[in-house]
Amino acid sequence: MTTLPIQDASAAEVHPRKISRKATGADKVFVSSIRVVGSVVLVITGGVGVFLGWQALPTLRHYGFGFFTEAAWQPEADVVGIAAVLTGTVLVAMVAMSIAFPLALITALYISEYAPARMRSVLVSLVDLMAAVPSIIWGLWGSYLIMEHAAGLAMWLDRNLGFIPFFQVKDADPNAGVPMLSRYSFSMFVAGIAVAMMVLPMACAVMRQVFSQTPQGEKEAALALGATRWGMVRSVVLPFGRGGIIGGAMLGLGRALGETIAVLLILSPSFEVKPRILEIGGNTVSALIAGRFGDASSSQLSALLAAGFVLFLITLVVNTIAATIVNRSRSGAGTDA
Amino acid sequence: MTLAPETDATTVGQTFLPRYDEDAAPAVPRASLGRLTADEKFVRVGSVVSGVALAWLITQRLLPLDGVPWFLVMAFVCTMVVTAVTGAMTGGAVEARDRLAATVMNVGAAIVLVVLVSAVVFVAYKGWHALTHVNFFTQDMSGVGPKDEFDKGGVLHAIVGSLIQVGIAVAITLPLGIGTAIFMTEVGGRFARLVRTVVEAMTALPSIVAGLFIYTVFIVALGYPRSGLAAGLAISVMMLPIIARASDVVLRVVPGGLREASLALGASRWRTVWHVVLPTARPGLATACILGIARGIGETSPVLLTSGNAQFMVVNPTDGVMNSLPLFVYSLVRTGEPNAVARAFAGATVLLAVVMILFVTARLIARPKRTKTTRRRPAVDLVMADPLVEMGPVSSASNPPARTEENP
Repeated sequence: MTTLPIQDASAAEVHPRKISRKATGADKVFVSSIRVVGSVVLVITGGVGVFLGWQALPTLRHYGFGFFTEAAWQPEADVVGIAAVLTGTVLVAMVAMSIAFPLALITALYISEYAPARMRSVLVSLVDLMAAVPSIIWGLWGSYLIMEHAAGLAMWLDRNLGFIPFFQVKDADPNAGVPMLSRYSFSMFVAGIAVAMMVLPMACAVMRQVFSQTPQGEKEAALALGATRWGMVRSVVLPFGRGGIIGGAMLGLGRALGETIAVLLILSPSFEVKPRILEIGGNTVSALIAGRFGDASSSQLSALLAAGFVLFLITLVVNTIAATIVNRSRSGAGTDA
Repeated sequence: MTLAPETDATTVGQTFLPRYDEDAAPAVPRASLGRLTADEKFVRVGSVVSGVALAWLITQRLLPLDGVPWFLVMAFVCTMVVTAVTGAMTGGAVEARDRLAATVMNVGAAIVLVVLVSAVVFVAYKGWHALTHVNFFTQDMSGVGPKDEFDKGGVLHAIVGSLIQVGIAVAITLPLGIGTAIFMTEVGGRFARLVRTVVEAMTALPSIVAGLFIYTVFIVALGYPRSGLAAGLAISVMMLPIIARASDVVLRVVPGGLREASLALGASRWRTVWHVVLPTARPGLATACILGIARGIGETSPVLLTSGNAQFMVVNPTDGVMNSLPLFVYSLVRTGEPNAVARAFAGATVLLAVVMILFVTARLIARPKRTKTTRRRPAVDLVMADPLVEMGPVSSASNPPARTEENP
């Protein structure tokens, strides 16, 4: 038999237990100390960005908008501008991307769709290893192994496609009996090839990661409906991974813009706004910093910091857009089916 | 093959063993569905062979296009054409497109492989002569000119310098980076989101700018000399966002159920992090850190600005100029002397070997353990937590929705 509990009138009034999410004891120490660590990192990383912007201010105020339109870099004559290095940076990055993007896409598709299953992990490791190869190695590879072949290719391009402004080369005759390969070496084109090899594995890793999240059911459905493998890739994998393809490419672009040492080894510096990527000479922001920091006075250093700050902002914008695209893409949604 | 036995009316419900039918034809093994038949294999291999043969004919006999590059380009074009034709013969345009796509994929992947192998082999080949001298690993470059033979001078001071500088960077970035990652994933809140945003933004910092920052602050403004310490700091500034970011990605994929189980058993948050989250994420964290270190060791530009270029052994990082492997390579290449360049290639080979050792270690640690006991540690999803995508965005997919009863 059940009985109702008898109210004990004499007992003290019952309150609900107090619940607090506040950390106590050792937890309190843990949470606050880890918060301190987070704050320190925030101060360090944020401080770098703020410092760069703060140091860039006097230069930008001194030269005004001319800082972005002046091509020459002659601090002695008080003529300083980043038009030439900025176009150089963009051109080298463009060359790198136009080589790295198709190769990265093809490699990512090959690894995720075409490679035999037991070779897949080996290939993934190889691509990751390629990402770990230091940039100076690619610089040596570009300047000692690729340079002469690339110069030959550049001469051929100039001979046959020289009417396009990008492929023009001044002061050189591509049809000369004795080829003037030196005019075609140390160019933005060669630097772009070396940078491409640094960009490729990173873009490939992002693309492969997105492709590997393609819903298996949709792939099998396409195959069951009679699609060939390429038909399946084109109708399922590529649309699904579109965000990853664009995002991966843009992340690669962010790295290509900031690449220093390979460019410094290959490119012979010149300050000229020109689209002629096959011609000797050119410069990028990072190579400018690496080449000029040594003998810089404090005002020149400020100008270099301003150039570095502009480079950082561009990279930041590119990376942010890339992150947004990858996050917004269909990737990862509806994979539970 | 089996025949139902004649049943007796009195034994309804009884079961019988099937009788084997001796007269039936022997079973034919089922044809494999996915594999190519001998015919198809012949067509594919034959297309490539005829493409190469055609290319030889065109470049060597018909047109004045000598040289290996032309041969390779023509071989690719001819193979594509022959593949398209043979594909179209059997399956029309659809088949032809499929075959062409497969050819492009194979060739593209092969190009990337060739590039990687060529870089590694080329560097090792050019540096081989200098590497065969034992003194290369036991001496420094003090008093050795760029034209000197290989039996003098070596890379020891650069190796020691690299190790010291990266050691400083690791001592700074590892606690800070992993601590920040723990803060971002385990504590959370608005402030943690701010930290995450800033850290993600700073992964975009070009390494040369990190070097320039330390150069301006530490060397120009504070007036310290160029030293190993400055180089270590520059590498730290570059590595810190990368390590924090990669560890964040790794910690985020630790299943939430593990944390909840630990908390539900009465463990404090500190104990949950120390005994559940960190051990689960250990392989991923190790991979992230080792790859970050590999990146730090190989990066030339921050070191170029901050460490100076010592030709002799320096062990004290606060005691003036120092050298490191990437800087050793860079400065020797810049001299342009054949012997110095060969030495630079040898240094690059050593650098490559160091990076590869770190890389292989990372892969071995990251490999999910195959334990025979039933108590298996939940493996971190390595595709999601691939630290090489550390510069990449933490996609929303890497935070899988908690599996609750509403969301099975």
